[in-house]
Amino acid sequence: MVQLLSPEGDYGVPAQYAEYGKYVDALTEADFLQFYKEMSRMRRFDTEATALQRQGQLGLWVPAVGQEAAQIGSGHGVGKNDHIFPSYREHGVAITHDIDLMSVLKMLRGVNHGGWNPDETRFHLYAIVLGTQVIHATGYAMGVNFDGKVGTGNPEVDEAVITYFGDGATAEGEISESFLFAAINNTPQVFFCQNNQWAISSAVGTQTRVPLFERGAGFGVPGIRIDGNDVLASYAVTKKHMDDARNGAGPFMIEALTYRIGAHTTSDDPTKYRSQDEVDYWKQRDPILRLEKFLRRQGIQDSFFEQCEVENEAMADSIREQTFALGAPPIENMFQHVYSEAHPLIEEQSAWLKGYEASFGNNEGGH
Amino acid sequence: MSNVVEMTIVKAINAGLRKAMADNDKVLVFGEDVAELGGVFRVTEGLHAEFGQKRIFNSPIAEAGIVGTAVGLAMRGYRPVAEIQFDGFIFPAFNQITTQLAKLQNRSEGFMTMPVVVRVPYGGGIGAIEHHSESPEAYFAHTPGLRVISPSNPNDAYWMIQQAIKSEDPVLFFEPKRRYWQKGPVDLDNPPAGMHDAHILRNGTDVTVVAYGPMVATALQAAEIAATEGRSLEIIDIRSIAPIDYATIIESVKKTGHLIVTHEANTTVSVSSEIAARVAELAFYHLEAPVIRVGGFDVPYPAAKLEEKFLPDADRILEAVDRSLGY
Repeated sequence: MVQLLSPEGDYGVPAQYAEYGKYVDALTEADFLQFYKEMSRMRRFDTEATALQRQGQLGLWVPAVGQEAAQIGSGHGVGKNDHIFPSYREHGVAITHDIDLMSVLKMLRGVNHGGWNPDETRFHLYAIVLGTQVIHATGYAMGVNFDGKVGTGNPEVDEAVITYFGDGATAEGEISESFLFAAINNTPQVFFCQNNQWAISSAVGTQTRVPLFERGAGFGVPGIRIDGNDVLASYAVTKKHMDDARNGAGPFMIEALTYRIGAHTTSDDPTKYRSQDEVDYWKQRDPILRLEKFLRRQGIQDSFFEQCEVENEAMADSIREQTFALGAPPIENMFQHVYSEAHPLIEEQSAWLKGYEASFGNNEGGH
Repeated sequence: MSNVVEMTIVKAINAGLRKAMADNDKVLVFGEDVAELGGVFRVTEGLHAEFGQKRIFNSPIAEAGIVGTAVGLAMRGYRPVAEIQFDGFIFPAFNQITTQLAKLQNRSEGFMTMPVVVRVPYGGGIGAIEHHSESPEAYFAHTPGLRVISPSNPNDAYWMIQQAIKSEDPVLFFEPKRRYWQKGPVDLDNPPAGMHDAHILRNGTDVTVVAYGPMVATALQAAEIAATEGRSLEIIDIRSIAPIDYATIIESVKKTGHLIVTHEANTTVSVSSEIAARVAELAFYHLEAPVIRVGGFDVPYPAAKLEEKFLPDADRILEAVDRSLGY
């Protein structure tokens, strides 16, 4: 398992991982601080979203507490021309790519099903059906190959694709099919599995009998396990293999061993299936605390951490206000973008509903 | 003078694909055995030699992967034409088709379209083993976001495959496999107006018979026989199952007062069920008899030695004509 930052915050590169250490060597203090800022922002966003759900402002929340290093580190390992196919828990990866977090909250409030522009952001829509996005990523990466944008040696031209999924999703057939299509097409692609050890209430042993990073090998997709709570390992290993993929090395799998500190969603009750001792063990391996220890040893002062807190509180205030301001979408939204052109059934039913709503008069119809 | 040539449905789809691939280099054709072999029905024969491995290639035997990669390629700006080798093999891809392909345009609020064609040889009548004779079109017609069409003749086969590929929406293209070798004229210069328009193939006054895909030829045959008995059947090939051109059907029913809908698929919760319900809504006072459905029985597609009794034939349509007129 690749670990560059110990739980105590000690940085060290084992000899066999020297290739990854080079990527950390290239980072500056500003980069480390940026990692911390985004990880702490992700945590604060998460707790605020949970609170908003508890107040009835969101229909559901999908916490990612504990997975900050895996997401912020890997998100920064993705290049500016690359494409990201998330599942539905990648709020941190979204932060690294400047996605407006209100887009995520809108979806979980039930205003829409997504609705950001994947072509513009290169951060594709959240995928709710497990594993579906992984085969889309592979198809997309096949297209990158067909476009000749792999291995040209020109960093302005070459592209790679990264897809995120959890330990639970690995059981889906589409993920095995993705490994196969990726291998036979030599796609420029990294499969990033966050093994947070719980698929709702099912422990990872329900999904696999071999370490997950070995899952791709039989298909021709080599893999490695990293300490998913080590932001430097997550960054360096992702960056190296995305660089390699862009250069034509083909697909690669990264298993980030982490832990879902929170519930699967706000509808879940993890006390029914796992012990507090287990949760406490992982809380001691908190990825943000680990980076903080490292930064303090580098001489970073209290003032930096205090400033982060101030900024995060302002962010939380802002999203709370924006969430309260989100109204219900117009009724006609449901009839839009079902097809690219006018469609007789959609037009008929949309017109009927409009008339029906209008029949109640101004006080009851519509919004 | 227009440029009309005689060809089979297989050759017509092949020619339509060739034209679409030549017109737009974003069109990719893939599926199981479509490359050098040209597909098990030879629909893609010669295209690999002409366009090469980058434009037409064999996929692993993984239908979810075939449609899933088609979705990803469409996101990348390609226009994939994916072949599902046989009707009964489409179900591993059902998740990708119904939860992803059909919904991504809506989910993305129009930032993405899904110009993907899924070609499916369907229907029975070829003496095949299990899972090679089915008619699963209703599953897809039930799913918002998909367009579902089925040509019944070479001219439509040639043009509708091209129209499907040009569509920004996902199209399920059902090919009537027992009619693959049926010959007919193809007008290479003048396309039919739209892939969703119903066509009246034979005018009549007594009973309207609605059909699509492989059953159109059967309905026309029934009309020939009925004519010898002094009964005039109007035959409508709806061509499109989603959406359905109701205006053409309703106009005909207003004239005849009698409607029969026929297909190979199991009858319950089928395309004919839907047409019967809609016609009852839209033309109730014009109907002189209940709408009669003539479809496959509600049993698993039987072993080949029994398929002749499972599939509706001209006699079963004529029996329904008798019932309708005798009501």
